Amino acid sequence: MSHLLEVKNLDVKFDTDEGRITAVENISLSVDQGKVLGIVGESGSGKSVTAKSIMKLNPGNTYYNKDAEIILDNENVLQFTSKQDLKKIRGGKVSMIFQEPMASFAPAIKIGAQMVEQLLIHKDINKDEAKSISINMLKRVGIADAEKRFNQYAFELSGGMRQRAMIAMALSTMPKLLLADEPTTALDVTIQAQVINLIKDIIKEYQMGVIFITHDLGVIAQVADHVAVMYLGSVVEKGPVNEILKNPKHPYTKGLLQALPDINNLDAPLSPIPGNIPSPLDRPSGCVFRTRCPHHNPEGKDGKIEMKLIEVESGHWVDQCGIKCGQNG
Amino acid sequence: MDDNLISVNNVSVNFDYQENFISKKQKIHAVNNINIKIKKGSFFGLVGESGSGKTTLGRAILGANKISSGNIIFHDDEKDYDLTNMSKHDLKEYRKKAQLIFQDPYAALSPRMTVRDIIAEPLEVMKITNSRQETDKRVRDIAAKCRLNIEHLRRFPHAFSGGQRQRISIARALVSNPKFIVADESVAALDVSIQADILNLLKQLQNELNLTYLFISHDLSVVAHVCDVVAVMYLGHIVEMGPSRELFKNPKHSYTKALLSSIPSIDPEKRSEAIELKGEIPSALNPPPGCVFRTRCPNPGVDCKGGEIKMGLTEVEPGHWVDQCCVI
Ligand SMILES: Nc1ncnc2c1ncn2[C@@H]1O[C@H](COP(=O)(O)OP(=O)(O)OP(=O)(O)O)[C@@H](O)[C@H]1O
Ligand SMILES: Nc1ncnc2c1ncn2[C@@H]1O[C@H](COP(=O)(O)OP(=O)(O)O)[C@@H](O)[C@H]1O
Ligand code: SF4
Ligand code: SF4
Ligand SMILES: [Mg+2]
Ligand SMILES: [Mg+2]
Repeated sequence: MSHLLEVKNLDVKFDTDEGRITAVENISLSVDQGKVLGIVGESGSGKSVTAKSIMKLNPGNTYYNKDAEIILDNENVLQFTSKQDLKKIRGGKVSMIFQEPMASFAPAIKIGAQMVEQLLIHKDINKDEAKSISINMLKRVGIADAEKRFNQYAFELSGGMRQRAMIAMALSTMPKLLLADEPTTALDVTIQAQVINLIKDIIKEYQMGVIFITHDLGVIAQVADHVAVMYLGSVVEKGPVNEILKNPKHPYTKGLLQALPDINNLDAPLSPIPGNIPSPLDRPSGCVFRTRCPHHNPEGKDGKIEMKLIEVESGHWVDQCGIKCGQNG
Repeated sequence: MDDNLISVNNVSVNFDYQENFISKKQKIHAVNNINIKIKKGSFFGLVGESGSGKTTLGRAILGANKISSGNIIFHDDEKDYDLTNMSKHDLKEYRKKAQLIFQDPYAALSPRMTVRDIIAEPLEVMKITNSRQETDKRVRDIAAKCRLNIEHLRRFPHAFSGGQRQRISIARALVSNPKFIVADESVAALDVSIQADILNLLKQLQNELNLTYLFISHDLSVVAHVCDVVAVMYLGHIVEMGPSRELFKNPKHSYTKALLSSIPSIDPEKRSEAIELKGEIPSALNPPPGCVFRTRCPNPGVDCKGGEIKMGLTEVEPGHWVDQCCVI
């Protein structure tokens, strides 16, 4: 069966005053219908840029490599240029939700009016139908008094409610793929638990594919089926969620887990990953993680051999550390 | 008694609120009848949802928020300071002894100040040092303790990473040689690896400099790792408080239980054990009478509904306090 989404060999670069920045390099990912791909990594690792590429939302100074492909429903999104085509990936087949729900809503337009307008753009329906779909969706995400909220502005809602309204708007067009970029990061844990459960229920109900971006490995453990770990624009490890969290192979994935305070293991010391993330302007050659990796060998091959994921267990892919540094996890 | 550094006694903080000039004046009950003792050398954690009153309480203890009733005593070696009744001179002394770690020093300070000037500012404002050399020495010493590169002192704020900025913030808070530090969401914006590094640094500085912390955070896993005592706040009240391990292992209050169960487990096989709370924290303008948590409590007792029970902590194990209505 073919995947709902397949990203192949994608590079994303930005031309800036300081030079060309490599934000994402040679990543390949896939998402299946009804499944959640979690993308995890520290800030600046390229998670948002990856998601935006799928909707072609990166700004004008963006450069995509010619041989990259982003295949959604058998079409290469990167070739899309016409309004008609772009519409398909911006609110049609693909919707996005963000950390800050105000980013989704225009402040001076009522929530309902925005939902209706969006539906009219993407669906062949009339205003009344759009209104009833919107109100039903607001109800579905657990908003009480949906009819009243429909006529309110986003700023009039509380934080958790706004998050729900944004999800309702993203889902009302019935996208095949939902991109969720840190949708729970700004929320309290109790509200986060509500939103996670809501998203899980909805995925089950509508069988959409999801990319769920977060820097929180706990959230990943709760929502994802598969995980990709990103560092400085590269995917260094990917595979089924259980494999990645219980049997991590890459030194960066292990480092992230050792730095994480686990409430069920209070005696474990918190071990930071040494050093700092280099600027994307001085992206290390060869292995991107070598400036911070405990196994890095200055005389070794890790600066000379390029990164390449190899399959170590069924479906579990890791950068070829074995060839570069003799590390096999 | 004298091993306490801070005693907070029946403290409430209200803010006046008026929607517009014709509507009637109302009160925001941000902090309600709080009693806590912070032991010398403690890493005291304060947790709770947004709007529960953590920052307001922290600021009250620093003397930065006016207390509406009750009192707060700072027990220094030689004397007690009563924050509700302090002379100008004492207030000045107290400011040196109790400091806040800013979440981000650059948000508050001029981008044209060098890192050295940012760290030195409290010394100058409080007139602690007598010469430029003395100031420089203090700045260099504390910067080294915070593992800041001395070279960086001459640089300007921009282009520092989140972790480095937090170190600058810590150095600035510590330069006046305080005994008590309020750290309000000091690691909230950091990536896990940098967070681990800063938490380790705070621990190390605590030992080296005999510090006592009030550590405010909404992240329970972090608090469980670093704090020895934890108080759980909800809508202006402390609903449970106790030694960290005891409290996390054996939570008694319905809110604490729900909060703990909501932490996303790192184990993919342990999914959705969260006790889901309905709705959100009510407004502090109209807190529910009786138990403030009852509008969201997953399993209120028969007695809880009427809102007639009075809140207040009762000791269920040595040092482990729980709101009394949740116990009966
Ligand atoms: N200066 C003020 N004037 C009016 N109301 C205030 C003021 N400061 C705080 N409040 C109110 O007091 C209550 C407690 O706020 P506080 O900032 O202490 O919460 P918090 O627990 O620190 O929340 P967060 O986790 O979001 O930082 C809230 O209802 C808040 O809106
Ligand atoms: N429009 C842009 N121009 C230049 N650099 C950018 C742009 N957008 C993102 N970047 C850079 O690309 C890298 C990846 O960013 P991002 O995907 O936002 O990270 P994440 O979402 O993982 O935190 C960062 O170094 C960021 O500064
Ligand atoms: S290739 Fe070498 S330096 Fe890079 S992550 Fe693997 S072991 Fe570390
Ligand atoms: S007192 Fe009653 S309503 Fe309040 S938290 Fe306890 S059980 Fe729930
Ligand atoms: Mg991002
Ligand atoms: Mg606060």
